[in-house]
Parts: sequence; C-alpha cells; structure tokens
Amino acid sequence: MKPNKYMNPYLAGLLLGLLLVITIYITGHGLGASGAAKSVVIYSLETIAPAHSENVPYLQDFNATHAGSPLKTWLVFEILGALLGAFISGVLANRLKFTVEHHSGITSKTRLVAALIGGALFGFGAQLGRGCTSGAALSGMAVFSTGGILTMIAIFGGGYLFAYFFRKLWIN
Amino acid sequence: MGPLVPEFINNELNLVFAVLIGIAFGFILESAGFSSSKKLAGLFYGYDFTVLRVFFTAGVTAMVGVLVLSHFGLLDLDLIYVNPLFLWSAIVGGLIMGIGFVIGGYCPGTSMCGAMIGKIDAMAFVVGAMLGILGFIEGYPLFEGLYTGYDFGIPQVSETLNISLGLFAFLMIVVAFGSYWLVGIIEKKVTKNVVVDTTSKRSLLVITVVALIIGLVASTLKPEKAMILDKINDSAYISSFEINTISSDELALRFMYKDKSLQVIDIRDSKDFQTMTLPSATNLSLNDFFTKSSKNIFNLEDKVNIIVGDNDVNSKKGYILAKELGFENVLQLKGGFNQFKSDIIDFKSSSTIEANLTDNQRFRREASSIVPVLIEKSKPKVIEKQKVRALGGCG
Repeated sequence: MKPNKYMNPYLAGLLLGLLLVITIYITGHGLGASGAAKSVVIYSLETIAPAHSENVPYLQDFNATHAGSPLKTWLVFEILGALLGAFISGVLANRLKFTVEHHSGITSKTRLVAALIGGALFGFGAQLGRGCTSGAALSGMAVFSTGGILTMIAIFGGGYLFAYFFRKLWIN
Repeated sequence: MGPLVPEFINNELNLVFAVLIGIAFGFILESAGFSSSKKLAGLFYGYDFTVLRVFFTAGVTAMVGVLVLSHFGLLDLDLIYVNPLFLWSAIVGGLIMGIGFVIGGYCPGTSMCGAMIGKIDAMAFVVGAMLGILGFIEGYPLFEGLYTGYDFGIPQVSETLNISLGLFAFLMIVVAFGSYWLVGIIEKKVTKNVVVDTTSKRSLLVITVVALIIGLVASTLKPEKAMILDKINDSAYISSFEINTISSDELALRFMYKDKSLQVIDIRDSKDFQTMTLPSATNLSLNDFFTKSSKNIFNLEDKVNIIVGDNDVNSKKGYILAKELGFENVLQLKGGFNQFKSDIIDFKSSSTIEANLTDNQRFRREASSIVPVLIEKSKPKVIEKQKVRALGGCG
C-alpha cells in the first residue's frame, strides 16, 4: 500500500499550536524533547558508572536541584507518549518501514554518519541553548520569551548560514 | 485560573497528562511529515518549506492562545515558565543546533518520531544527540562560563522591544503569512514546479485574511492583570472612584480601643514595612493582591481591611485594586502611612500651655504616647509568598 499524504501544514500548525496552549494552561510550561533525552543519558550514566557519576560536577549540581529519579520527569513521560503518537500516526498512514532515508547522491553509510554527527551537535547545542526546537524555540515563542525567540533565530539562522557547506548531503 | 498544576492537578496526575499530551504531540509531528529528514532539510535548501509552515503557524497560534487566556483571566502569565535569556549561550547553542540540523536533518523531537516509524538514520540521530548531551555533561566545567554568563533574567519581547504582547503577536502573524506566500514562490522555482504544498491559492488567501483579522483583534488584547493595573494608574480613574476613607485620628482611636476587627494591609515596600508598620499589619504588594492567599486574607470574616500605602495616591491605588478584585470591607487610610506618622506617631505639641491646645491636639498627644507602644508590641505578619513559577524547558 502507498503511504498516505501528509497532513495539511497549516492544519498541523494550528493543531500543534492549540496543543501547546493546552499544555501551558495545564502545566505552566511548554513542550519539550531534548530534556527527555538528557534524563535518559543521566540515568544511564548513573547506572553504568555510579562511582564516576558522583565526581561529575554537572551531575552534582543537577542532583542538588532535582529530587527523585531522573526518569520520573514530565518530559520523559511526554516523550514516551510522543513515541507512541508518532507510531500510531505511522501505522495509520502506512509509513512504517525500516529504511535509511537519504539523498540519491550519497550512500546510506554517509547518511548514517551525518545523522550521528548532526545529532551529537544538536544534542550538545540544545544543552548549551537550554532547549531545542520544541522546548526553546516553539515553546519560547508561545510565551513571548526573548531568550526562546533568540534561540529560535539562532537555530534557523545557523541552519541557513551553514547549509551551503553541507548541500551535497541533500541536493545535487 | 491557570496553570492548573499544582493547584488543581497534582504531580502524579500531571504525568498522565504528559503522556496524553505527548501522544498528540508525536501524532501531529509525524502526520505533518516531520518524521522525514528530507522534508525537514528542505527548509534550508528551498525545496520544501513544510517546517516553516507548520512551525510558524503553531507559534503564532500558541501566542494568540496564551494572550486570549491571559486576557480573560484564565492564565496567570506570572506563573508560567518563561525561557530565560542567557545571551551568548542562546546564540552559540542555537548556531550549533543549526549546524546539527543541516548535517543531521532532524531535531531531537522529530528524530524520535522518525525512529518510531523505522527511519534508521533517525535512530542514528537520536544516538548522536545522546552522545552530544553526554559530552556537555562530562565537559561542563569547560562550558560553564558561557552557559551561565550574560544572564538577563526572564525578559519577554514586550520588555525587550518595548511593544505590547498583542502588537508583537500581530507582527509575527504578518511575518508568518507574508513568508508563506514568499516561500511558495521559491519552492516552485527550486523544485521546477513540483507542488509541495497542495493548499490552493484561494484557500491560502482565505487563511491569510482570517489570520490577519485574528491578529488585529489579538493586537488589542492584554493580560487581565496588566489591564487592571493600567486602570489603577490612571489618575482620572482614581479621582472618579468613590473611596471610603478612614482618617489618621480615627484609626489611632480604634487602635487605642484595641479594635480586633482591624486588619491593616500595608502595601509599601517590604523594606519600609520591616522598618516600621502599624499594629496588626500584613505586607502585600499590589501584585500580591491577585493571589489566592491574598483573597483569603481580605475576605476574613469580621475584619475591616485598612489599605495603607506611603501616601494618599498609593493608598488609593491599593483601595481601588482591592475593590476591582471584589474584596469586601475595605477602607483607605487618608494620606497613607506618611500622614499617620506625622499626625500621630511624630506628633509635637505646638504649644506647651494646656489651655491653648485643641481637643484634637490633646487626643493626638495621648495617641502619640500609646500607638508607638502598640506598634512595638504587635508583630507584623509576614505572609509566605505562594507564587512560584512553573519549572520547564529542557535545561
């Protein structure tokens, strides 16, 4: 079966915006993604290397301000839901398929290496910038935060600034 | 009044909402095509602007929604999480994310969605993101200066650009919908007439007009709190307001009679309050009036609330705010604390000859010896401030 068409972008935007408003109304904060990844990283690190973790200054600060398991946070639960939601959408739209999606000009291997490096940069940047596209840019915009909007400009501005150098990954 | 957490929804139930909100979040992202890196990267190469359309529409929708909720007093903007501004970490962090975006083709949320439908490159991105986070955690002492430096607090655009939230929302709508028309043209050129956005020109025109009308209405909206505070700062409004007052003499007399129904609401700075205040006083700033605990204080049965500011105007503002918020049994101390101090506490007889004094002067002389003792005896009440902003963000 052919995959279904994507949702109309303006409708998707409207729904996402309304979801964000509901989230802020209920919880007092916006949506997020990278924070959940951080929780998993911290949990893994503390489980695999407990002795080492005790000597990591960042974790000492983190544990002083965050009580309880790093996994029992709002963002971790939200992301668990998001994984399920994405899966449901994928099933309904016939989009479930193991594949390496890449431009025809590069190999799968190149694409995987690029994804890994890009992910590492994004993960690192999201820590430095206190949030990613969801937590800083989109949620920051919703609450008129100068910091969030500045981060958003930097993310997309950065993308355009460096797009030329990595064009071979995406276009002919 | 929102947010519902923690007053109406406890932390456990909040986690249930987290899952439900997450399901909708993931569903929308995947449905919009954000599980595909090719689609996402199209933003930077001009062949697919879906990200811009979805992201910008979501952003302006949420802005208007937040504005509407606060306008009608359903959401307290002082309690929601506002991303802080650390200037250079925001800029450098954002730029690094931008590079990561063009190389990796995903952002963290979208990569997780992609991974769930089988995109192996998305899985690689997720692993990479975790390694990047690990790098930050392990190397934190190296970046700490950049991370915690240039702290500008939690400004909103209204402060930074000195425009109203409503006007900013309207301008963003103009920029957003202007860009939709522009990128449509670019997309067509780059893809050599492949239609990416199937929305017809006519539909887009209708959406644009509707959005601009909503934007115009939104530009007039203001958080309810700000509107009320504007009102009480308007001198014409103050002078037209009917105010029930109490004079320094009457208040002093009631203190001397140990009138238990008196409850002084001292709205001066907490510094001044701690230096000296009146008997039975509670310190509340005008902003505190909006809290639930203040409401409970004002509406205590059998209490008369005496609003005391520095001077007459400030006391009037406090009185009007209390009335605007529907509080009962409120009186304004005429002349405020300063007048009470000069009338009663610091009273000096103008004459040493008893026969030359008026009754009022005799009263004040007596009061000036008793009231300071009462002040000394009574412990001012310090109310624990319950207003705590929600925590948030991904930091």
